[in-house]
Amino acid sequence: MLSPYQAPTRRGNPFAQMRQVQSDLSRAIGGLRFAPAIPEYPVMNVWANAEGAVLTAEVPGVEPDALDIAVHQDTVTLRGTREPEPLAEGDVVHRAERTTGAFARSFTLPFRLDPESVKASFRQGVLTLELPRPEAERPRRIKVQRA
Amino acid sequence: MAEFTDNGQDTMSGDAESMRTGPSLLPPTDIIERQDAFLMVLDVPGADPDTLDVSFDQGILSISAQSVSTAPEGYAPIYAEYRDGTFERKFIVSDRIDGNNIDAVLRDGVLRVTLPKQVPSPAKKISVKLN
Repeated sequence: MLSPYQAPTRRGNPFAQMRQVQSDLSRAIGGLRFAPAIPEYPVMNVWANAEGAVLTAEVPGVEPDALDIAVHQDTVTLRGTREPEPLAEGDVVHRAERTTGAFARSFTLPFRLDPESVKASFRQGVLTLELPRPEAERPRRIKVQRA
Repeated sequence: MAEFTDNGQDTMSGDAESMRTGPSLLPPTDIIERQDAFLMVLDVPGADPDTLDVSFDQGILSISAQSVSTAPEGYAPIYAEYRDGTFERKFIVSDRIDGNNIDAVLRDGVLRVTLPKQVPSPAKKISVKLN
């Protein structure tokens, strides 16, 4: 990508040069819809309120029974395996873009969780975890009285 | 040898734009050639089966599906790595495919499309009449 600087006079039109740089860049990053960095697997979204949090993770093709979900204090850990497509003799792979293999990922929340009341559901390859806070640790509303 | 050319970038323009909600997502795809068919495996997590559309026209296989929002009510987002949107991808299939028998199955966020190869018709012999 990088080449030593050359005076514009030697390469001709500076605008053409600029266009060249632009097209080189587009080719280098073209076709990428998402952030260039490969995100950790699985990707997650997290929501929270005073009662607790909800975590969703995209785990398409993973058997729900094969998912190992662990909750310890303020951390949720997801473990599982994505099986590759079984290949028969003579099969030809033209594209292999999907990630396969074992994965493990943890997410730490800003509060402790109640492992006993965690609920998990799985729908169309998306895992949803409801993670409530322990009753005793939820924020209390304090009434202010005039002295 | 099969040639599957990805036409994904072209979906940025066109009339599909007006119907789409949210960003366009490019589903990662595996393509495996079996003896009698091509198998395409696409990751479409959260895709709504009702919005799934697989069509094959003039050698172009188009796949689109809308993802269902997982946002819970009464919560505020604190961290996000993925968005809801429309999965869209097009493939140019240069091989002879039996377009009437394409099979698509959606399960656990994975779409599997089977494209049976067309059985080649036997070469025709043309008899030459002698004058």
